[in-house]
Amino acid sequence: MTAADVTAGGITAEEPGLLTQARWAVSDTLVLTRRALLVWTRVPAYIVFTVIQPVMFVLLFRYVFGGAIQVPGASYVNYLMPGIIGQTAAFASFGTAIALAQELKKGVIDRLRSMPMARSAVLSGRLVADTGRMLVTILIIVAVGYLVGFRFQNGFGPAVGMVVLATVFGLSICVIAAFTGLAIGDEESVQAFGLIWLFPLTFVSSAFVPIQSMPGWMQVFANHQPVTYVVNTMRALALGKPFSDNLSSDLWHSIAWLAGIFIVFVPLAVRAYRRAS
Amino acid sequence: MLTGGPAQEDVVTETSTGPAILVEGLTKSFGDVHALRGIDLSVPRGTVLGVLGPNGAGKTTAVRILTTLLQPDGGRALVEGRDVVRQAPAVRRLIGLSGQSAAIQEELTGRENLELIGRLYHLKRADTRTRAAELLAQFDLTDAAHRPAKTYSGGMQRRLDLAASLVGRPRVLFLDEPTTGLDPRSRLGMWDIIRSLVADGTTLLLTTQYLDEADELADEIVVIDHGLVIAAGTAEELKGRVGGDVLEFSVPDRARIKDAVAAIAEVGESEPHVDEETGVISVGVGGRGSDALIEAVRALDTVGVQTKGLALRRPSLDDVFLALTGHAAEEEQPGKPRRGGRRARKKDQAEQDNARPDSATVSS
Repeated sequence: MTAADVTAGGITAEEPGLLTQARWAVSDTLVLTRRALLVWTRVPAYIVFTVIQPVMFVLLFRYVFGGAIQVPGASYVNYLMPGIIGQTAAFASFGTAIALAQELKKGVIDRLRSMPMARSAVLSGRLVADTGRMLVTILIIVAVGYLVGFRFQNGFGPAVGMVVLATVFGLSICVIAAFTGLAIGDEESVQAFGLIWLFPLTFVSSAFVPIQSMPGWMQVFANHQPVTYVVNTMRALALGKPFSDNLSSDLWHSIAWLAGIFIVFVPLAVRAYRRAS
Repeated sequence: MLTGGPAQEDVVTETSTGPAILVEGLTKSFGDVHALRGIDLSVPRGTVLGVLGPNGAGKTTAVRILTTLLQPDGGRALVEGRDVVRQAPAVRRLIGLSGQSAAIQEELTGRENLELIGRLYHLKRADTRTRAAELLAQFDLTDAAHRPAKTYSGGMQRRLDLAASLVGRPRVLFLDEPTTGLDPRSRLGMWDIIRSLVADGTTLLLTTQYLDEADELADEIVVIDHGLVIAAGTAEELKGRVGGDVLEFSVPDRARIKDAVAAIAEVGESEPHVDEETGVISVGVGGRGSDALIEAVRALDTVGVQTKGLALRRPSLDDVFLALTGHAAEEEQPGKPRRGGRRARKKDQAEQDNARPDSATVSS
C-alpha cells in the first residue's frame, strides 16, 4: 500500500500549503458555480420561474393595476420598474433555499463535506451562481420594461448603480435563504415557507405604491423596513428628481441594513452548513 | 500536483502498523437519544468490516463520525492513524463515502457527475477525464455516460454514486447500507462490485440490515443494537454462538402453535422462537442433530400437532441476531410499526436466488 500512497492522479494525506488552499477555495467555488448554472439550464421549470414569472409581474402591474395607481412625480411604469426589480432580486433567493434543502436531503452535501475540498465552496459556489442568475433576470426585466415604456431618467452611471444595488440586495436575501434552507433542511417546508415572508416585506413597502396611500399603522412598518430604503435608493438612481431628494439618507440606511444582514446571516449560514445533517 | 508546505498537524501515528480504522469508546447523543453508547472497532488494512444492526441501532451515526460529518461526544476514532476530529482534513483525503441515497446530481450526466467530483479532488483536467472514463467502464455505465442521471434505474444511480466515492482512490471506503432499496438483482450486481473493490486492497466498512449481505461480504462482523456492540467475530464464529443446529417447522393450524411450542421446549436447548407472521417455529438443538429431530417428531406426534416442513438446518445470522438480542434483525424496536418482517426478507431472498443466474456482472 505504501507505494500507492501517491498514485498518478490520486490524492495524498499531506496537508497542502496555505497558498494552495486559497487557490483551491477559488477553483472549488467556480466548479460548484458552474455545476449550479448547468443544472439551472437543464430544468425548464427553473427557467420559467426565474424569467417568465417576473415578466408576468411587470405586465400585470403595468397594464392591470397600473391604470388605477397614481403616483406623484413620475409615470407609473417608471415608478414601478425599480420596485419590481427589487422584488425580483429578493424572490431569486427562493432558488437558493430550495437547492440547498434538496442537496441536503439527497446526501450531496454529506458527500461534499466528506471530501478534501474547500468547505466554504458549497455555499460560495451556490451564492455566486444565484447572483449570476439574478443578474441575468434583472437585465431581462429591464429590457421588458423598456418595451412597455420604462426609461432610465438619470443617465447611465446611476442606472448601473441601481442594477448593482439590486444585485447586492438580492444576494443579501439569498444569504438569509441559504441559512433557512439549511436550517429547515426539508424541501417541502422550504417550498411552503420560502416566499411567504417575502410577500409582506416586498408589498408593504414603496415598491409598488406610494406609502402615503397605506393606513397609518402600516406606514410605520413600511417606512422603516429595508425593502423601502433599498427601493427608494434604486428609484432615486434610476429616475433622479424628485425621488433623489432623500438619496443620501436612503442610501446610508440601505447600506446599514445590507451590512447588518450580511454580518448576522453569513455566520448563521456557515454554522448551519457545518451542522447540517 | 501538490505544492504542499510543511505537513503540520498531519503527524503520522500508527500508520505503518496500526489498523485502518480504530474506534475506542465512541459516544454520541442527540438530546435524550443515545445513538452510540461507547463502541469499539478495529479494522485491519485491506479487510471488510460488516456493521450489522436494525434501523436506529447507531450504524449511520458511527459512519457519519468516521467520515468527519459529525463530532462525537466522547471516545476517539482514527482512520489510517489520523484522528477524525483533530485531523479531519487529513482523514478526508483518505476516505470515500457512499451513503444511503444516491448523492448525485440528477440533472447532470453520469460523466459530468464524476468529472465534477474529480475537479473537486483537484485532479488535473486530463486526469479527471481519464478517471471518469475508467470508473464508468468499471461500473458498466459507459453506454449511459451521456444521459442525465435522473434517467438511470435505481441500481445504476447507486453504481454511479459508488463510482463517485472512488474518484479520489480512497484507502478506506465507507458504504452506508449500499443495497437498501435496491431490487434483488441490482443487489447482487452491487455485491460483485464490492467484492472487486476489496480485491484491490481497499479497506471497507459496510453497514447493513441484511444478515446475508454481511455473511456474503464481510471478513469480520460486529453486531450493533441500541448503540452498543453486542457481538463481534467472523460469520462462522457468530453462528457458533447459537450453539449448533436449528430445528425449524411451521404449524398450519395457528391455534395449535402454543401446544407445539410446549412440546418442542423439552427437545430444544434454547427457548423456541415463533415468528408471528409466518407461524414458523425455530429452536436451537445444539450438537444433537438427528437425535433431536427424532425426539421432536415423537413429541409433536404425542400432542397430535400437524407440522409442515420440519427440518434441521445450519444456523443463519438471523438466528444469531435472535439469540443475541431477543428480536429479529429487521424488526423495528418494540412499539414502532414493523416494516417488512422475516417473511418479507425470506421472499426477498427467494427472489434473489431466482435472479442469481442472470445477475449483472461487472468488468473490472
